[in-house]
Amino acid sequence: MISWLLPQASTFASTIDGLVLLIAVIVGVWLILAEVVLFGFIWKYRARDGIRGQYVSGEDRSQKKWVSYPHYAVVVFDIIIIVAALRVWNEVKVAAPPGEEQIRIIAQQWSWTFVHAGPDGKLDTPDDIRTVDDMYVQRDRVYTFELHARDVVHSFSVPAFRLKQDAIPGRVIHGWFRPTREGTFDVQCVEMCGVGHGLMAGRIHIGSAAQYAAWMTEFRTTAATANRITGSTPVADVAAHDHVGTAGGTR
Amino acid sequence: MTGHAPDATRAPGFVRTYLWSTDHKTIGLQYMLTGMAMALIGAFAAYVFRMQAAFPGASVPLFGRVAAADYNYLVTMHGTIMIFWVAMPVLLAGFGNYLIPLMLGCDDMVFPRVNRLSYQIFFLSSVVLVASFFVPGGAFGGAWTAYPPLSANSAYSMTPFGSTLWLLAVALEFVAFLLGGINFITTTMNSRAPGMKMFDIPIIVWTIMIAAVLFMGSVGPLVAGAVMLLFDQVVGTGFYDPARGGDPVLWQHLFWFFGHPEVYVLLLPAMGIVAEVMVVFARKKLFAYRTIVYSAVATGIISFFVWAHHQFVAGIDPRMASLFSVTTLIISIPVAEMFFAYIATLYGGSIRFSTPMLWALAFVAEFLIGGVTGIFLGSAGSDIYFHDTYFVVAHFHYTFFPIAFLAAFAGITFWFPKMFGRMMNETWGKVHFWGTIIAFNICFIPLFITGTAGDHRRIFDYSMFAELATPEMQSLRILATRALLVTLAFQVVFVVNFVYSLFRGTVAEANPWKANTLEWLAPSPPPHGNFVTMPVVYRGPYEYSVPNRDEDYWPQHEPDEPADPDAPGARRPLQQPA
Ligand code: HEM
Ligand SMILES: [Cu+2]
Ligand SMILES: [Cu+2]
Repeated sequence: MISWLLPQASTFASTIDGLVLLIAVIVGVWLILAEVVLFGFIWKYRARDGIRGQYVSGEDRSQKKWVSYPHYAVVVFDIIIIVAALRVWNEVKVAAPPGEEQIRIIAQQWSWTFVHAGPDGKLDTPDDIRTVDDMYVQRDRVYTFELHARDVVHSFSVPAFRLKQDAIPGRVIHGWFRPTREGTFDVQCVEMCGVGHGLMAGRIHIGSAAQYAAWMTEFRTTAATANRITGSTPVADVAAHDHVGTAGGTR
Repeated sequence: MTGHAPDATRAPGFVRTYLWSTDHKTIGLQYMLTGMAMALIGAFAAYVFRMQAAFPGASVPLFGRVAAADYNYLVTMHGTIMIFWVAMPVLLAGFGNYLIPLMLGCDDMVFPRVNRLSYQIFFLSSVVLVASFFVPGGAFGGAWTAYPPLSANSAYSMTPFGSTLWLLAVALEFVAFLLGGINFITTTMNSRAPGMKMFDIPIIVWTIMIAAVLFMGSVGPLVAGAVMLLFDQVVGTGFYDPARGGDPVLWQHLFWFFGHPEVYVLLLPAMGIVAEVMVVFARKKLFAYRTIVYSAVATGIISFFVWAHHQFVAGIDPRMASLFSVTTLIISIPVAEMFFAYIATLYGGSIRFSTPMLWALAFVAEFLIGGVTGIFLGSAGSDIYFHDTYFVVAHFHYTFFPIAFLAAFAGITFWFPKMFGRMMNETWGKVHFWGTIIAFNICFIPLFITGTAGDHRRIFDYSMFAELATPEMQSLRILATRALLVTLAFQVVFVVNFVYSLFRGTVAEANPWKANTLEWLAPSPPPHGNFVTMPVVYRGPYEYSVPNRDEDYWPQHEPDEPADPDAPGARRPLQQPA
């Protein structure tokens, strides 16, 4: 159902959408049943001249079965939902496959900094490439990410991935995803993080391996030029600074 | 002795009657009216931020341009006010204070002065909260959940005074309800009329008492947490600051350990009101009374074990999330049981569609929607997507709006004749009902859709988000806002009806709805001391349509008829209880 409104751009997008559909069908049937019975009774037992209400305590077993049987059914459906929900949860949040690529995501009031591992595929090496508010990944590669927050609680959300994870200052939180579709999608911050919360928008760009390589080369050359001009300050930090200025000033 | 006029015989003056009263009915009405006044502020905030969401950047009539900081504090204050200053005072303190002694057949609460102090502190807390709108830097905007470090440090929140006043106001409000809760529990346990056994207590008294126990059991840790947050704010401690060894997630646990039971603190009294109204207008015995009491207790207990379902994606150990997902779905079992019993109560009834009954039935119909949509959020796998979207906002408004408005209107229209001795106007009551119900649904159904499409919460302008800044999404937001305007407009009907009926409504008899519970024995409105002669109880509260009786109701205080001691419902032996 979500896919009618939003593209599915990661492996687990369709898993989560499937779970949502399952729950929607189950609770939808229950809701309709309950409402039909409710309105049916309201109609059938509306006050009419000469007809008195019945005396039903609902304490006898023969009467109580009318609520206990549906109730056992609720238990059964609850179990079905729990099993499905925990399988999905496990896939997305617990059992991460081994990562093929690494990326670091840093949230701060009010921008995103993305640290791409560069050609050596490792973080914290001189060839890392930092960008602000735009994140670049390759299609069909398993990414593990590290999520940091510099000041307050933020939350990294990519609706097209169906992925969401809070960023907590003082903690490094790990997660994974595998993009399945090329294009540009929104990154949101979904935890209230101050005046600029509504401006904390980013974009994730998903490309083929070749496209990705082209992006990275481009950044390396611009970064090198920028470094020559501004001395040793890494380009991303300068950019992050400017961004905070504009975000704060927009109120 | 000479010249001594004992207080009891002299009519108390205006101050003693209305402002400094220890009478539970006055205190109940004070809570209720304060809550209704705060609802105006909460609703005004919703109006302003919804106008901004629908027409970003436009100047909102009666407010002006809504800046990002304004949007944040409006949302924060709306949530805080609606929960702590509307739903709590109206449902728990308002109806609780007014009804408990009357329904138990006693003359007042066990500790009337504690009760008065409770209201006074509550009033002070309201003043502090409203004052926080006017301090330098403005009101607090860090959401009603107030997660640190944002709430702990004004360098992040930019509201040095607003944050602190918000916290003080909430803490005072907790104190007020702790004091009130003591009374609800002790009075129910100790002051029942002779003959009233545990299972003769009306459901609403049960639910309010259970709610008071839940509140008292869950709020303690949060009060401690709030003191730590206050220290972080004003003296610079680091309880929630990771740079100094603190942990921001600690607050989240304390907040939600309270926050989830709090949902049931509000739901249970609402369920109680609805039960009382349904039986009277369906002329039916409540279906499976004991099962409902046990389910309410079970819900209360389980509600202490679900809190982390608010934190699935908050960085807690992912394996812990599985546990809380299970407990969350378990709590759906007793709640579903209660709703099934309510629906079954209608079976075989003789249903009259008076205004209170319309509200009560609408509560059941609408809350079901809120309940089933909660399953999407309690199931950890799908909450990854829905967390902090408008789907959540729509879900919990389908629970809170029925609680705070539908059930409250059911209760107000039902007990209005008792409270003020006059009937409310039925025609205008129905106009108010249909206008509110239809508009409310048109307001929130679009928000389920925008949430499913990815709209996240607390965003003052979606133009930065390509996927969300589409004309289709905007038209849904506009539809929701238009429906809100209609909802609000219909509340004028209520206010006019309320005020008009207060002075001009037809005079009500003591028992206009032909109901069984003891409050209907007292004169309308009940005098100080409540009853002319203190009642004795002979049977349970829900003996409607008992066979072989002329009347289709059988008040709790009416002695058994010697004629048919074997009639169903006449289970009490004939002697007067001691
Ligand atoms: C008058 C009808 C109401 C309307 C139209 C309304 C609308 C809204 C909307 C649209 C939001 C989300 C704002 C955002 O995230 O940007 C919101 C938040 C909220 N509302 Fe309401 N609401 C109403 C009544 C209530 C009631 C009766 C309650 C509770 C008893 C309530 C409790 C809350 C809470 C707790 C929040 C969350 C605040 C936060 O994010 O910090 N609302 N409301
Ligand atoms: Cu943020
Ligand atoms: Cu944010």
